[in-house]
Amino acid sequence: MHPIPVFRHRWLPWALLAPQLMVTLVFFVWPALEAIYQAFLVQDPFGMSSRFVWFDNFIQLFEDPKYFESLVSTLVFSAGVTVLSMGLSLLLAVMADGVVRGASVYKMLLVWPYAVAPAIAGILWMFMFDPTIGIVAYALEQIGYHWNHRVNGDEAMLLVVIAAAWKQISYNFLFFLAGLQAIPRSLIEAAAIDGARPFKRFWTIVFPLLSPTSFFLLVVNIVYAFFDTFGIIHAVTHGGPGTSTTTLVYKVYHDGFIGLDLGGSAAQSVMLMLLVGVLTVVQFRYIERKVQY
Amino acid sequence: MVENRFGLRLLSHAVLWLGVLLVALPLWVAFVASTQAEGDLVSGTLSLWPGDHFLDNYRAVLFGAADVSVNVSVARMLLNSLIMALGIAIGKITISLLAAYAIVFFRFRARMLSFWLIFITLMLPVEVRIMPTFEVVANLNLLNSYVGLTLPLIASATATFLFRQFFMTIPGELLEAARVDGAGPIRFLFDILLPLSRTNLAALFVIMFIYGWNQYLWPLLVTTDDHYYTVVMSVQRMLAVGDADVTWHRVMPATVLAMLPPVLVVVLMQRLFVKGLIETEK
Repeated sequence: MHPIPVFRHRWLPWALLAPQLMVTLVFFVWPALEAIYQAFLVQDPFGMSSRFVWFDNFIQLFEDPKYFESLVSTLVFSAGVTVLSMGLSLLLAVMADGVVRGASVYKMLLVWPYAVAPAIAGILWMFMFDPTIGIVAYALEQIGYHWNHRVNGDEAMLLVVIAAAWKQISYNFLFFLAGLQAIPRSLIEAAAIDGARPFKRFWTIVFPLLSPTSFFLLVVNIVYAFFDTFGIIHAVTHGGPGTSTTTLVYKVYHDGFIGLDLGGSAAQSVMLMLLVGVLTVVQFRYIERKVQY
Repeated sequence: MVENRFGLRLLSHAVLWLGVLLVALPLWVAFVASTQAEGDLVSGTLSLWPGDHFLDNYRAVLFGAADVSVNVSVARMLLNSLIMALGIAIGKITISLLAAYAIVFFRFRARMLSFWLIFITLMLPVEVRIMPTFEVVANLNLLNSYVGLTLPLIASATATFLFRQFFMTIPGELLEAARVDGAGPIRFLFDILLPLSRTNLAALFVIMFIYGWNQYLWPLLVTTDDHYYTVVMSVQRMLAVGDADVTWHRVMPATVLAMLPPVLVVVLMQRLFVKGLIETEK
């Protein structure tokens, strides 16, 4: 594997690994197996008895229009967050890469939202869009648009997308800026000598060379939108109004803890685990490719 | 050379400032709201300048009960959050460092199996296995305790990977030399490896502290006793008032206080933060 000489010891490596393995087994592997097992059971509402039902929970899940709706909401939400936050960050990163002075000041002023918890980010934006006292809602009222995300599902979706994208701008910005700064100046200078204007240079040289970074960020943003935004949804909309902002992760929580449908919730967990598995493989394939450069 | 046009530069700065303002706007609005009197936040439009209730509002939430629905002070919640964030950050780093040390510097049976077992945790974020994890913690009697808040979250494939990558760049001669000088594995870890990993440790600590502080779903599930509430999840509890009016003059100071510590960490330790962020994604 690697040329490092190693220590030989009978029990020490196990002692060193023990804490990590224990935590992993007790809080990760066991619950995961439990979820898989429960996905094949149906429990009566009082939790007194359960019965093995093979794939019934999954069949029910796929036949449930609510699950399909939730999948669509998740896709809309993820697409919105990814496009909005990556677009804005790319714009800002390109501008920051271009300025000679002050790039580090801008960096400092743009990265701090990374530290804000998703739930808090959601509350900040919810307050700005509050139909009675929010300033954005007030501004919209002035131009004749009546905003109320508590009633209108599309507006609720837009609100959570904005909050989630806002928090992610800092992350994307940092990686785009690092990617931009890694592009050799000589290429851009050569294009400039050949007479390419800034806009053309961006589309024909910078943007293609940035594609590894963009692809990496695409995966990261999708993972973020799918799994790390529970706090935003829970704090801002509770999946509503109706089920218009119920994402897959929120539905697992809702069906399990509020609906008390253990089998259904477990089946959804299993589906999500499969999804994370696929996304992780994609991410690692990308990393392997990067190593070969 | 690339042309250096004044207009283009001006445009760049203008776009950047617009971006900075857009990003900062929610924070400013929250701060302004947190300084207003109760009555100013019930109706009408919010002023864009801070009011004169800064001290009153912050003192009220910090030292009194935060709200009618949350019967504990924000100071206590901040303490709980701090304990959880430190517990998670230190716990994650410690167990990952030890595990990576074993995997890189020892040869033993089931080495790769252990490695893959740890790797699996990458695929299982809390959000997708909430119910069973909750049951495990409930069965272990860890609800409403600091152990229950931190322990289930401290396994970390990311940190283990990071340390593994770093340890593999340590030249073999170093270990040879240490062995010749009579240092055993424990001595090597503490006297040579740890001092060398100092920056990595610090960078990782910054990232993990923020991760720990910002936990939301997990504390929401395992705490039913107000005394273990963390500040990030409590803000949501303060909003859940049903049909009553939201007490924004309480919620907003709590919100600002909830984000202040991690934001300060990022701003003050920016170099370490960026390093940690970029390395944990490698």
